[in-house]
Amino acid sequence: MFKRLADAGSAVAITVDGKPVAARAGDTVAAALIAAGIDHCRTTPVTGAPRAPYCLMGVCFECLVTVDGVGSRQGCLVPVREGMKVETQLGRREAGR
Amino acid sequence: MVAEYDVAVVGGGLVGVATAWGLAREGCRVVVLDEGDRAVRASRGNFALVWVQSKGLGLAPYAGWTIRSSNAWGGFSDLLKQETGLDVSFQRPGGFHLCLSEKELEARANILKRLHNQPGIVDYKTEILDHDQVKKMLPDIGREVVGGSFCPLDGHVNSLRLFRTLHTAINARGVTYLPSHRVDNIVKEGGEFRLTTEHGEIRAAKVALAAGNANMRLAPMVGLEAPMKPERGQIVVTERLRPFMNHPVVTLRQTDEGTVMIGDSKEESVDPSGLTVGVSATEAERAVRQFPLLANVNVVRTWSAIRVMTQDGFPIYDESPTHPGAFTVCCHSGVTLAANHALIIAPMIARGSLDKSLVAPFSARRFHVQEAG
Amino acid sequence: MTAASDLASSYDLVIVGGGPAGLAAAALAARAGVSTVLFDENPGVGGQIYRAITSTPVKDRAILGEDYWDGAALAADAKASGALIVNGATVWSLDREKIVGVSVGGKARMIAAKRVIIATGSQERPFPIPGWTLPGVMTAGGAQTALKAQGLVTQGRTVMAGSGPLLWLLAAQTLRAGGKIDAILDTTPRRNWAMAMFHLPDFMLSPYFAKGLSLLREVRAKVPVHRADTIEAVGKDKLTEVVFANGSVERRLPADLLLLHQGVVPNVNLANAAGVAHTWNDRQLCFVPVLDADFGSSVPGIAVAGDGAGIAGGTAAAERGRIAAIAAVRALRPEATLPDTQAIRQKLQREEMGRAFLDWLNRPADAFRRPEGETLACRCEEVTAKQVRDTARMGCEGPNQMKAFLRCGMGPCQGRLCGLTVTELIAAERGTSPEQVGYYRLRPPVKPITLAELASLPISEAERKAVER
Repeated sequence: MFKRLADAGSAVAITVDGKPVAARAGDTVAAALIAAGIDHCRTTPVTGAPRAPYCLMGVCFECLVTVDGVGSRQGCLVPVREGMKVETQLGRREAGR
Repeated sequence: MVAEYDVAVVGGGLVGVATAWGLAREGCRVVVLDEGDRAVRASRGNFALVWVQSKGLGLAPYAGWTIRSSNAWGGFSDLLKQETGLDVSFQRPGGFHLCLSEKELEARANILKRLHNQPGIVDYKTEILDHDQVKKMLPDIGREVVGGSFCPLDGHVNSLRLFRTLHTAINARGVTYLPSHRVDNIVKEGGEFRLTTEHGEIRAAKVALAAGNANMRLAPMVGLEAPMKPERGQIVVTERLRPFMNHPVVTLRQTDEGTVMIGDSKEESVDPSGLTVGVSATEAERAVRQFPLLANVNVVRTWSAIRVMTQDGFPIYDESPTHPGAFTVCCHSGVTLAANHALIIAPMIARGSLDKSLVAPFSARRFHVQEAG
Repeated sequence: MTAASDLASSYDLVIVGGGPAGLAAAALAARAGVSTVLFDENPGVGGQIYRAITSTPVKDRAILGEDYWDGAALAADAKASGALIVNGATVWSLDREKIVGVSVGGKARMIAAKRVIIATGSQERPFPIPGWTLPGVMTAGGAQTALKAQGLVTQGRTVMAGSGPLLWLLAAQTLRAGGKIDAILDTTPRRNWAMAMFHLPDFMLSPYFAKGLSLLREVRAKVPVHRADTIEAVGKDKLTEVVFANGSVERRLPADLLLLHQGVVPNVNLANAAGVAHTWNDRQLCFVPVLDADFGSSVPGIAVAGDGAGIAGGTAAAERGRIAAIAAVRALRPEATLPDTQAIRQKLQREEMGRAFLDWLNRPADAFRRPEGETLACRCEEVTAKQVRDTARMGCEGPNQMKAFLRCGMGPCQGRLCGLTVTELIAAERGTSPEQVGYYRLRPPVKPITLAELASLPISEAERKAVER
């Protein structure tokens, strides 16, 4: 869906559901996900429908993911960090994480 | 002259629509007169418990009345489901009151003791449990929970869905629902009630006042009274979570949709738009102490609502001595008592008189008896 | 990096939002000697129009265009002004007493302000078509953000759809960056020209006229443009094709990415929760705050500047921010030397000149604002247009009762993606106006905070007693 312009920033290694993803400095989690071509980042708590980042500006809450063990983070507002563990969020969040 | 309606129900909240549905089931032609979208509306802000424990301290018959409704609730929700296809998710797994200090637990035990010692009280089945006993039933409680009280009769429901379901049910039964019809005046003329609203006059043979705190203003128009003492409560609600608790707590419950409601504050304010952050903070702090796994959960909304509260906290059911056909249906616990309102009070109103053997203790005349005493 | 604990307990002026309005306001107020803090939830300042202005990896200035780079001076000026600028700071509460609830790095604080300028800008108007929740469907603004902030450009089979200047700008920027666009579906209703024509003379005098024409030419030379009066995103778990029709002729385009846009509307959540009165703007088809000439709202001491005050674009937003800041400085520090307000107002007037034409021309069609059937009105709680319409017909006459009945607006986005749709659907079903119907009554937190953050806030004895009884 998206490709990077040649002059994008330096590499930042994160994992998404345990698989390595090459993010770049300046990426938000949501941007890293769409750059990596990941289809969806969560399923809804109502019907389980798949969803992906939609507005990338903090408004729609479609990019909710688990970041370093904390659920329901807005991926488009969280900058990536070396070693960050991102997990797709399936249905309702589990209390305690 | 024949009135347009058999009964005009004033108020489109839970008490009003439960009564209207009950009246429609009795074959009455019913109109519900409601306020607009921004009405002060406890039915949109309540905590959705069908609650028994601690009801009735100071008026023993209230305990029996509450248990009666709690017992009728299952059948009531089945009837609603048959008529509308909507499931209000009534559950009655028993509920808790949790205490965060020995002092709180002692105070709790005291209240229950005073309640039980009243003459004529029904058996409540409420017991005091220590931390370990509570933990068996609520495994995620925090260490600070020293214990609590448990009542197997307590339950909860999805009250917003109940609200929608009752509206759907009255709609299906042909009840006329008129929003933005705040009632300004009521007179009885030519054997019928004439209710003045911004959008014209409504005529009905009987009138049931179910307007919450506004009953205080309306009741004197038909020779009744409803002394009220509104108060503000605040609720904090979280995002949807996977199920983690099987019993509601009086201050914290997980809805069937997964959200966690946290509440039960009490402030002397009638401004529904105000929200005291420190009150929400206290509710949040206690919730995290009760269930530490909630610490990182997102709060998606807080709100305040004005409780419908009579001056002594107990319901008022009355029929007018001076304006026959006028009734008050007025109480705080519009969810818990919905079954009684639909299945007991409404048929009485349809018949034209209240059954004293059931509701005499709830007449507003009690306020004068106390004054005289 | 400023942490929550670094913040003072009070500031003379709190500005919410680091777009053009917020940056311009912060620079002016700080230079006039007012203690000023600007909170912005993004990793860097610039807002959406100047997104990532200090960090963008897009070095070829031609790609984003010169208008984008105007933001650099604004950001630099604000930084040099002495205003405290805090990024990664989410403002989740504001009340009539001007107490600001803000979270930074997972820690919440309550900050007292003497004056507040809400500069939270705009968001894209909801575009509720069948399939708009499918992965592979995004907003054009989202794609533009990815381009500005991360240098991401569309690839694969890409369709853009909608109306309004941003759609064409994104198309041009995408093409300049080497991206491919398979088709643009233009949803601008033809009859809009009738109203827009009245305002064409003004528009021709505005700076947008020449820019707009050249942008259209640039895009149309390279991308097929189709008219569409219905659009559907189709796919099982992700987008596979876009189905559109112009009149009775239906066409199908295989697609990996559909970018939707039909204009922007004020982001009203914070102002609404603070109790600021709003009114329906029928030209822009959205709620806007009721404001005085200095952008002061109905709540004393709270101003709303920038596109949050009604859509006028980025350059106008900066001027509006300056006017609001001047009013704040006058109230806080009457002795301060201030720039010439008249000159700023004149500039603002020039900027706003072409707006009526753009608004009337790009007014989205009814069908794209008032969906039918199983199309989701509320994405979060998955409430369909049919449910909203049926419930309105049953007697539900307002969005707050609708929310109670159907849960629309109760999800994490708190009505941002369904509010206007629900209001317009109710108005349509009940034969009344959106002004009459009104909007959701919003409550804090307007952005989610954790229970632990809420629990950490100061509690008075009376507040504790209200709960512990």
